[in-house]
Amino acid sequence: MLATLRAALERRSRARVHTLAEQVERQSYLLPRARLDDLIQLLIARGYRVQGPTLRDGAIVLGPLRSDRDLPIGFTDEQRAGHYRVVPRQDVAVFGYVVGPHSFKAELLRPAQTLFRAKREAKRVRFIAEAVDDSPLCLFGARACDLAAIEVQDGVLRDSQHPDAFYAARRAASCIVAVGCTQSAPTCFCASMGTGPAPTRGYDLALTELIGDAGHRFVVAVGTRLGADLVGELGLALVPADDADLARAALRDTRRNMRKSLETTGLQEMLAAAANHPHWDDVAARCLACTNCTQVCPTCFCVGVEDRVSLDGSETERVRHWDSCFSAEYSKLHGGAVRASVRARYRQWLTHKLSTWFDQFGRSGCVGCGRCITFCPAAIDLTEEVQALRAPVSARTRARGDSSNGN
Amino acid sequence: MKQRKKKLAVFKFASCDGCQLSLLDCEDELLAVAGAVDIAHFLEASSRIRRGPYDVTLVEGSVTTEHDALRIQKIREQSKILVTIGACATSGGIQALRNSRDIAEMVRVVYASPQYISTLDTSTAISDHVHVDYELRGCPVNKHQLLSVLTSLLHGQVPRVPSHPVCLDCKRSGVVCVSVVDGTPCLGPVTHTGCDALCPRYGRGCFGCYGPSDTPQVAAQALVLRRQGQSDAQIAAGYASFNVGMQPFAQEFAKGLAKDKR
Repeated sequence: MLATLRAALERRSRARVHTLAEQVERQSYLLPRARLDDLIQLLIARGYRVQGPTLRDGAIVLGPLRSDRDLPIGFTDEQRAGHYRVVPRQDVAVFGYVVGPHSFKAELLRPAQTLFRAKREAKRVRFIAEAVDDSPLCLFGARACDLAAIEVQDGVLRDSQHPDAFYAARRAASCIVAVGCTQSAPTCFCASMGTGPAPTRGYDLALTELIGDAGHRFVVAVGTRLGADLVGELGLALVPADDADLARAALRDTRRNMRKSLETTGLQEMLAAAANHPHWDDVAARCLACTNCTQVCPTCFCVGVEDRVSLDGSETERVRHWDSCFSAEYSKLHGGAVRASVRARYRQWLTHKLSTWFDQFGRSGCVGCGRCITFCPAAIDLTEEVQALRAPVSARTRARGDSSNGN
Repeated sequence: MKQRKKKLAVFKFASCDGCQLSLLDCEDELLAVAGAVDIAHFLEASSRIRRGPYDVTLVEGSVTTEHDALRIQKIREQSKILVTIGACATSGGIQALRNSRDIAEMVRVVYASPQYISTLDTSTAISDHVHVDYELRGCPVNKHQLLSVLTSLLHGQVPRVPSHPVCLDCKRSGVVCVSVVDGTPCLGPVTHTGCDALCPRYGRGCFGCYGPSDTPQVAAQALVLRRQGQSDAQIAAGYASFNVGMQPFAQEFAKGLAKDKR
């Protein structure tokens, strides 16, 4: 209760900050590469646990940053459907890659979260509330698609009718240092989703990396009072006009060079009317129902709960964990799974993400990050599936009706 | 009034004893288990044998002899709740590899005096013979899962035995996908949860020791493995392990071998 209240207050104060930010935003600052670590050290000194991109097990994942040396300097990622490799770059770029298998979802909506505990006492059961985690957290290196995903989850988990106190507390305690993408992967399609590649809102600071004759540096945009504060404490100078132009041009080039796109015109209506499209059978034959797409998706928020009882029965803990609509158990009611077939599960996921999400939350559930494409072991690409689903359905197929809806 | 302690029995069929050992391996919790239940029959732990009926019976191993086929019927009659523990009891085990071969020939090859061997043609799961209330997968079972199921049964809670694929466990733990990032053949997408993604955690592909998940998309999985350069024989061999007796792993094993012969 207290946490919800605190989160609401925090939200209001943040809203005020944003109007201030609009004035500050017009000005950008220059952060020389040699001073990037100063920013990280300042965040650490201010008590933030800094989580950002780091190299582990052959992938750029999110982990603790103690200094700039923990960043995957001089590496890039090679991505296509069902394929991810980290390879060296020709230069020493700090952010020369895009998003990887992890997303900041794991920090805000934890994969496992204790909701409460209960203890059996002499004549009653005592319920013990679980404290929210509101320790300062810095999401370092969030991309524009990540910011959009956080905004989507804010809508579902924080600003909705039934806010989640755990999420709200983590969110209120988080500082976001975003990064503008100066390159895209073949799996990226944020431009067509209107979410990237340039961060436009939802950050405290946003860095755009420039490497060239004028040196290795970052153009820093300020989004909030906190961001302005950090820039002030670092004593950064205003960015020269040339560099501001270069940063804008770099982001524009990323947009121009992005090859993949998702045609969103009429998509909501198209999918709503495509329940009996024969193509669902086609994708169901390739789909592993392995849950990977939903787990790497930065907006998928489905969870399950379980009660963990101690051996002597004196204590129990209710734990919430990530779950997936691709698992048969997820839709299990009395007697069996509502969505027994893989066809029904894939259809549910894609239709929710791209169509009924609008009905529920007023926007698309997809931010175009491409994680579900890269991390599908079966190399299923939702943009291609949507393309196939746009093919006209014969009147006969359409007329099959509800009796054969494939559940 | 203090409740009577529940009577626990553990029985062994054709197996290596590893799953029973998982129970003894619960070192930190072993005393608590011993205190919470009345261990009535557990030869691996105690020579004291008490008669049934039992509240909870754990069965390890598969049925491979005429004698065992009868014995499991008697055990079932004496058990309120029967839980199979491990791949052998739940799917027939690695010994089910013999199900697709000529048993007489195998006995001749393996034993010096085959005339003393009395065996069935097949190695089968306990559920092929009697009703099983709960099945715990794995070679061996996960001791945490075993404890959690025992705890639930002791306190009248429906045991939680999830059936999703291993991939979900990898993702919940932040384990990087070995299939996508490394091209390592991995049975995780079709394999039942329970091990907490033990192999991928150490950079290895899943071996499928927990058997098929609730939705094993083996045909789609074959497409992935072929893309990773596996031959039909290699794909078949991947299923020729602890759960080869369980569908659809059994059928994929047979299919792969047949294709390879052609």
